Amino acid sequence: MSTIKVSIVSSSEEIYSGEGTMVFATGSLGEIGIAPGHTPLLTGLAPGPVRVQNGDDEKTFFCSGGFIEIQPDLVTFLSDTAERAESMDEAEAIKSQELAEKNMQDKESELDYTKAAAQLAEAAARIKTIQKLRKNK
Amino acid sequence: MANTKEVRKQIASIKSTQKITSAMEMVAASKIKKTQNEMQLGRPYSEKIKEVISHIANSSSEYSHPFYEHRETKKACFLVVSSDKGLCGGLNINLFKQVISKSAELNAQGIESNFALIGLKAASFFKSVGGDVVANVQKLGDKPDPDALIGVTKTVLDLHRNGEIDQVYLCGNGFVNTMTQEPKVEQLIPLPAEEKDELTATHWDYIYEPEAQDLLEGLMTRYIESLIYHAVIENSACEQAAKMLAMKNATENAGDLIKELELLYNNVRQAAITQELSEIVGGAAAV
Repeated sequence: MSTIKVSIVSSSEEIYSGEGTMVFATGSLGEIGIAPGHTPLLTGLAPGPVRVQNGDDEKTFFCSGGFIEIQPDLVTFLSDTAERAESMDEAEAIKSQELAEKNMQDKESELDYTKAAAQLAEAAARIKTIQKLRKNK
Repeated sequence: MANTKEVRKQIASIKSTQKITSAMEMVAASKIKKTQNEMQLGRPYSEKIKEVISHIANSSSEYSHPFYEHRETKKACFLVVSSDKGLCGGLNINLFKQVISKSAELNAQGIESNFALIGLKAASFFKSVGGDVVANVQKLGDKPDPDALIGVTKTVLDLHRNGEIDQVYLCGNGFVNTMTQEPKVEQLIPLPAEEKDELTATHWDYIYEPEAQDLLEGLMTRYIESLIYHAVIENSACEQAAKMLAMKNATENAGDLIKELELLYNNVRQAAITQELSEIVGGAAAV
């Protein structure tokens, strides 16, 4: 089976580097699936889970915003902050979501509002990742 | 001649200073490991983003980014990365000297300069020598956070977009090894042209989702941010290395000083004894 080289990096560390037969991620224009031999593509990366399949083995990572570069033989995720999905704390995510919602209600300026909306999207994506992981277990 | 009590006091005070400097040396030595580790951790991202950028440069893209554009230069901006704390030898001042000389060189060509500063030491230096400071961030701590640098980066890039500055230089210390740090002044914008590789041989381009311009704008900004972040991390490793060396020297100097003072102390003590003896002998002879 042909594979594609996958690397997921954030500015402070390397999250994952290895081979995959299929990769799923959330691009800025929707969910995308990347198979080996994909046409060159450059797109934004939305907060959400990135799944790397290698045969029967599947790994899930959480990425907040960033970029995806795809070449036929490699795919690179440049994440702003990426962390391993297993290490996440759901309570923490919900707390940050509540905080974001609270911030949204007492919006004071345009800037605060957009910041809060971004925080909310990120928190929602985190919870989605964790729930997906739970289901797989 | 000084009396023994005074000399003893002086020795005690130097010994306690020596204890402090040797403790600081050990603290710096342990921090070097941490900062070097961080440099390692940040490396994959810088390498990957550089790879992506060079792929883009090699593609037959319909859109060329202003960061590659060489335009007539009227004003340059120096982004100076310094440490927050002192006691690290000539680390900061060597860098500032280079920045000033480069700025003077540009000035001779009729190019004005302004400064964006990272770190407390740069802020106080450019406050005292004077200079047009456009942005400043301080107190990043031992573990600089990429988020803390966004403000400064954005200010500088916005100035470039508005055409207020035409060139950006990144100034920081390069980590050669624990004994050697090298001040560097490097051109950040316009970016040096990428070398063409085998990818160029065929005519190809990315599919951009959404627009090429928006994506490249974001990616370029991220690239510049990563270069600056790397410079900050590297400078912080340099700071610890320089601090370790400076404190090591200080500890050694304190040791030398103590040796000299001990010699003086023994001299003084011996002189006092001799004097006392000769007084007793003189007294006995008189009787």
